[in-house]
Amino acid sequence: MVLENKVPQGKLADKWTSYKSSMPLVAPNNKRRLEVIVVGTGLAGAAAAASLGELGYQVKCFTFHDSPRRAHSIAAQGGINAAKNYQNDGDSVHRLFYDTIKGGDYRSREANVHRLAEVSRDIIDQCVAQGVPFAREYGGLLANRSFGGVQVSRTFYAKGQTGQQLLIGAYSALSRQISLGTVKMYNRHEMLDVVKIDGKARGIIARNLLTGELERHAAHCVVLCTGGYGNVYYLSTNAMTCNVSAGWRAVRRGALMANPCYTQIHPTCIPVSGEYQSKLTLMSESLRNDGRVWVPKNLDDAKAIREGSKTALDIPEEDRDYYLERRYPAFGNLVPRDVASRAAKVACDDGFGVNPTGLAVYLDFAAAIERYGRSAANTKGMDPDKTSKETIIQMGEAVVENKYGNLFQMYEKITGENPYKMPMKIFPAVHYTMGGLWVDYNLETNVPGLFCCGEANFSDHGANRLGASALMQGLADGYFVLPYTVGTFLADEIRTPAFNPNAPEFKEVENDVSNRLNTLMNIKGNQSVESFHRRLGKIVWENCGMSRNEEGLKKGIETIKALREEFYKDVFVPGSADEFNPELEKAARVADFMELGEIMMHDALDRKESCGGHFREEYATEEGEAKRDDGNYTYVSAWSWSDDGNHQLHKEELQFDNVELKTRSYK
Amino acid sequence: MKLKLKVWRQKSANDKGYFEEHMVTANEHMSFLEMIDVLNEELISQKKDPVAFEHDCREGICGTCNMVINGRPHGPSKGTTVCQLHMRVFNDGDTIVIEPWRAKSFPIIKDLVVDRSAFDRIIQAGGYISVNTGQAPDGNAIPIEQAVAADAFDSAACIGCGACVAACPNASAMLFTSAKVNHLNSLPQGKTEATIRVQKMVAQMDLEGFGNCSNTGACEVECPKEISIANIAAMNRDYFSSMVGSEESV
Ligand SMILES: Cc1cc2nc3c(=O)[nH]c(=O)nc-3n(C[C@H](O)[C@H](O)[C@H](O)COP(=O)(O)OP(=O)(O)OC[C@H]3O[C@@H](n4cnc5c(N)ncnc54)[C@H](O)[C@@H]3O)c2cc1C
Ligand code: SF4
Ligand code: FES
Repeated sequence: MVLENKVPQGKLADKWTSYKSSMPLVAPNNKRRLEVIVVGTGLAGAAAAASLGELGYQVKCFTFHDSPRRAHSIAAQGGINAAKNYQNDGDSVHRLFYDTIKGGDYRSREANVHRLAEVSRDIIDQCVAQGVPFAREYGGLLANRSFGGVQVSRTFYAKGQTGQQLLIGAYSALSRQISLGTVKMYNRHEMLDVVKIDGKARGIIARNLLTGELERHAAHCVVLCTGGYGNVYYLSTNAMTCNVSAGWRAVRRGALMANPCYTQIHPTCIPVSGEYQSKLTLMSESLRNDGRVWVPKNLDDAKAIREGSKTALDIPEEDRDYYLERRYPAFGNLVPRDVASRAAKVACDDGFGVNPTGLAVYLDFAAAIERYGRSAANTKGMDPDKTSKETIIQMGEAVVENKYGNLFQMYEKITGENPYKMPMKIFPAVHYTMGGLWVDYNLETNVPGLFCCGEANFSDHGANRLGASALMQGLADGYFVLPYTVGTFLADEIRTPAFNPNAPEFKEVENDVSNRLNTLMNIKGNQSVESFHRRLGKIVWENCGMSRNEEGLKKGIETIKALREEFYKDVFVPGSADEFNPELEKAARVADFMELGEIMMHDALDRKESCGGHFREEYATEEGEAKRDDGNYTYVSAWSWSDDGNHQLHKEELQFDNVELKTRSYK
Repeated sequence: MKLKLKVWRQKSANDKGYFEEHMVTANEHMSFLEMIDVLNEELISQKKDPVAFEHDCREGICGTCNMVINGRPHGPSKGTTVCQLHMRVFNDGDTIVIEPWRAKSFPIIKDLVVDRSAFDRIIQAGGYISVNTGQAPDGNAIPIEQAVAADAFDSAACIGCGACVAACPNASAMLFTSAKVNHLNSLPQGKTEATIRVQKMVAQMDLEGFGNCSNTGACEVECPKEISIANIAAMNRDYFSSMVGSEESV
């Protein structure tokens, strides 16, 4: 299959503008006759549904949540990037474009990333107009902070709740369209399949989660904004219900899963504390500005800490290994996420882990507290050298509390330990999935009429995403790209009458869905869905997590297959399919995760190089750093699924005309 | 630690509910919801129906989780959602009573799951600023005083969980509604529609059957985001001044 990316001709910086002005348009009277289904109400979905409604399309919008406002975008903490250059520090569209391409380790499409950087500015304007309460300077202008991997200050934020505020903005725009009648909202409805007619996506089968009833919904085209699939690992920073099913069902109807092996592992999360653990909590990247990462130098000390006979405070300065500062003197504790995560893994693999499970390193604020304390004393006219250590520390803690108080409090709530006195224990955790449905420049999959936005697509982040750019991409897709590019498909459909949901194609797909659910109900085995999900997560984490190798991946594929067989023989789903049944919902999602997990491993096996979040142990430099192979792997991998295991890889070659491919170095 | 749970079970809105007792073994590092997970795994292993409850982010931001624990929405800890509550605040041997939000406007769906779509409809009535995509002026065109922005943020921090309604003896939705009204009405962008917004949102709130506010302050005490009751007074001011001189009641 030839993957046509439909990138328009012309100079990089002009492509989007000239494309937009020459794109086929749909006249307002025709828009009213065209129906669009949007699945998902996160930043991408809520923004897309609201904007399409404003343009005059008839929109039906679906979410499995009880309200559009619950989508997982709500949990994003740190901020959203935009090339506004309000700080006058030399930022520009080109710089944001370049940082994103480089941060993605040269595995994303230039034209898409440039467009993202261009529309990033409009996003901030839009959000401010909606009433998003961004942080402001004393003069009343918008404030910015810096994030990892860049040299300018371009991140807009609303305390540690940026995602919440942006989502509430998009939700309010959506609510307005619902009240105007342009969008019909279906809460507690889960899309379980895509319906195609003559090869084009024309509707979905959704399950009403309250009654269990299957419903057929037809439209002229379908847009999936269904989020990321990090929960394939079971433990992640994602919300409990995040899943891959919408995208995966699309793959089973002919769409392609692109770059499934690119997973972002975030270095600073609260470590796993026991087998019962259900999810992991992120501690914002901003902490690495002041926290120093270390483990003991001596294995004996690490062992004593694990056994509880020593604590961090018993380890003298000279016996601590600040390994990031040692290995990466130029960037120190602020190396990018993938690098910091792998370094923590190496330390723990070598036996230096500092919690009972051996899977944690320290993030220590003692030095920062003292430094801030001394400087606070100084500004108060006290001589730091003559001030008591206690006073210095008190003053320093106050400064740190001002900066990170809510994070420290969150940490203490979860762990019961006071991070002002004891260094935090942290460990990397699955956070974001760069992979997703393959889409072209129009955000359309290879199935005509099936579009995909937000984290659910693969489009902009290559092999590694920079902080604060997922919110940007979700809103860019939803507000400023899809509402226009969808016209390239719909302009040819203005004479197509509304589709009949009683058409045989709908009945057939509904039957498939119903059979699938009944299969799950009728296994009546002995093991819970949750227990299978946990086991799946372990397999994917161990074999396709922070580092991968050929042997592990091959083993992983076989183990997943065996687990899948066991699942279909022995899973137990209580209740019935025709009622409110959260266990059945979960079972269907876990079933899809098991297939996705296998494709991830095939993809990781195929990619015989290390890049971004994908680290193959066989392809590393002498010092253990990632080694890309631009000669052979500068492509997007796009997978189709086949039940007999004969999955096909399709390639979209990436072309770099505007940036030079370089090795990322943080030494 | 060993705990005795008394959990509300109710098959559907029309069925009668009852308390069911279970013994659970937990440890103090678990979150409250992980303790419920343990109970449910146990029920499933006995081929029984697990307790239906809602949750998603498990970090206190999505507003999905909702349980009344020993009579208190979101349990005993201040400024905390159920999902952020940890077992270390309980003691070995404790009895814990777990109930759903109880309010006429939040009908029970099953066990601890309730229907909070009334909140969505209140927002649809006017909880927005009417600006289409692409119509916005530059983000810095209107400077906003830092303190004004910070106040708007504090009101906007509401997670729409409904604990305020569950805590209120009258099941009033004033804290939720006023937080949204103030978030938008206090910003320059939201001023143009301030009057119509407060009228429509209050009208919808009444239509949904939420009770009146009698200033007990219970909502503020139980709100996991510590939304201030001052929002209610501010909304009342907006509301009454909007009604002065208005002939028809909305
Ligand atoms: C803890 C955390 C912190 C983060 N912090 C940041 C940050 O500071 N900056 C940043 O840029 N990014 C951050 N991210 C990443 C970012 O939040 C997400 O990538 C982004 O919000 C995803 O938005 P989305 O609209 O694509 O999907 P989501 O917000 O996940 O929405 C998915 C929607 O699809 C619906 N859905 C899914 N499947 C179905 C189905 N089958 N049927 C019906 N509905 C369905 C869901 O109900 C939901 O409405 C963070 C992520 C996490 C986990
Ligand atoms: S005001 Fe507080 S209690 Fe009420 S819905 Fe908002 S966050 Fe929940
Ligand atoms: S589960 Fe999201 S707030 Fe509790």
